[in-house]
Amino acid sequence: MLIYISKRLLLMVPLIFGITLITFIVIHLAPGGPVEVQTEMSLKTSAQARENLKRLYGLDKPVHIQYLEWLKRFAMLDFGKSFVDGRRVTDKILERVPITLIINVLSLLLILLIAIPLGVISATRQYSVFDKVSTVFVFVGYSTPTFWLALLLMLLFGVYWGVLPISGFESIDVSGMNRLERLMDWGRHLILPVGVSAFGGIAGISRYTRSSMLEVIKQDYIRTARAKGLPESEVIMRHAFRNALMPIVTILGLSIPGLIGGGVIFETIFAIPGMGQLFYSSTMSRDYPTIMGVLVIGAVLTLIGNLVADISYALIDPRIRVRDKG
Amino acid sequence: MRLSAVTGRRFLKNRLAASGLAAVAVLIAVSALAPFIAPYEPTAIDIANVLSPPSAAHPLGTDELGRDVLSRMIWGGRVSLKVGFVAVGIAIFIGMLIGSVAGFYGGRTDAALMRFVDIMLAFPTFFLILAVIAILEPSIFTIMAVIGVTSWMDVARLVRAEFLTLKERDFVLAAKASGAGDKRVIFRHILPNALSPVFVAATFGVAGAILVESGLSFLGLGVQPPNPSWGNILTAGKDNIEVAWWLSLYPGLAILITVLSYNLVGEGLRDALDPRLWEAGSE
Repeated sequence: MLIYISKRLLLMVPLIFGITLITFIVIHLAPGGPVEVQTEMSLKTSAQARENLKRLYGLDKPVHIQYLEWLKRFAMLDFGKSFVDGRRVTDKILERVPITLIINVLSLLLILLIAIPLGVISATRQYSVFDKVSTVFVFVGYSTPTFWLALLLMLLFGVYWGVLPISGFESIDVSGMNRLERLMDWGRHLILPVGVSAFGGIAGISRYTRSSMLEVIKQDYIRTARAKGLPESEVIMRHAFRNALMPIVTILGLSIPGLIGGGVIFETIFAIPGMGQLFYSSTMSRDYPTIMGVLVIGAVLTLIGNLVADISYALIDPRIRVRDKG
Repeated sequence: MRLSAVTGRRFLKNRLAASGLAAVAVLIAVSALAPFIAPYEPTAIDIANVLSPPSAAHPLGTDELGRDVLSRMIWGGRVSLKVGFVAVGIAIFIGMLIGSVAGFYGGRTDAALMRFVDIMLAFPTFFLILAVIAILEPSIFTIMAVIGVTSWMDVARLVRAEFLTLKERDFVLAAKASGAGDKRVIFRHILPNALSPVFVAATFGVAGAILVESGLSFLGLGVQPPNPSWGNILTAGKDNIEVAWWLSLYPGLAILITVLSYNLVGEGLRDALDPRLWEAGSE
């Protein structure tokens, strides 16, 4: 198992290099490089600031040296200072990461809690009314623009019924609350964003669960389990479901970049101060150091998510466990 | 030929897929005929009728500048379809090129190209798209290019997988034996046989590209006002959410129906092209 994990970690190294390289190239696509665009955007930029920027990017040096120097600073998690408020990009990102992580973990949980039972029931009753209804739901869910869903929910819960807050992470008077009230307040603010963020995932994952279950149910060992007289619930839960779960773990890992990226839209709509919203505002103000930082951190978080998925896959798949022991 | 006839019949038998195809046809027709169908100019400002709810004169109401929402949606559909098709065209081109080269040559070329695919997949797509648009000016051409350049990875993987099995087949060996060069073997012999999964991916791709375009336009980074798009009408919906529900409802419904139709066609196409499902059917 340890060998497997360290192998996986080693494989991540070239990927991280690639991610930094692409980020670097993307930023240098800008005609005249980042400094030109920045100074062109805000006329207030003084000659002094221009010099600072040039030094920051080392633009007087050849491109490959620039990249290596940027990489060296990146290794120490130093992305430079934000163009907007002069704060360290690392600080700006780090204070946003927990909020984005909370929302993503909650939506992953919600996806699992709803999508997996939905998929399993659909598969065990293939072509039943339940299966057909959930198939329609899956298609609609897959095709719904999340930002539109967010708008509709804001319209219903916020404007017409007025039962849920539609913007922000906490109420203005949060400082006057005790711990329980504060938790309730966060919960109320998080219901809509987490629901919207999970929605598309529920559709996708329940579909995968369904087809994965259908595949497993056809196997010989399921027939054997039934033949030896096990109750159907036992066959489904112990024999079929545990095997069907494995591809789902991988799919969950693969859905992480979508969740993080989707944050741009719903965090912006609900005014939640997470990484997505930071990325959106830095895009709008062309805050290059922050854009580069979030891009790299977002991709690295994705890699970590995939790694966790692979490790859990190995943990539940005896074939990988056993192969590594031998 | 017979194969495509079978596929066509199987596709049309699937009621969901057939209705998806009908909806797609209607959407394309409406977009093509936009100048004749739209009751008003999509950019005609009417200060006397600002934010008026749906009525006989304006079936879907007007926006914050008194522009007719129905007309803007008809013209906006044109934009979405254009972006969808061009972006997917770009993605398919890049994906086929990288997938065929990786699958055909194998070895180090394959390993390097697939690592590149992994790297591209590690970026949250929306982050990458936004970063590029932040640098270039947002416009309809930028989004087409950016969506295309960031969504070819699935196609590359599919084409590579097809190549891995096809390149061992007899007809490829025969072509090689008769002295055909690599280019000819790849593009004339293998690629035409690897196209089915590409068609399916392309159909889903159009749906995805339309979703991304509307999202970008909603954020103000896609189609720029006064040009209409479903996404930027929804931005007006958000800004006027307390007073004008119609601005939030209808354009989203249009996106949902369009994307749903393409997804249904894609799903139907996949089932129709899957030989494993042929015996299972009534044929």
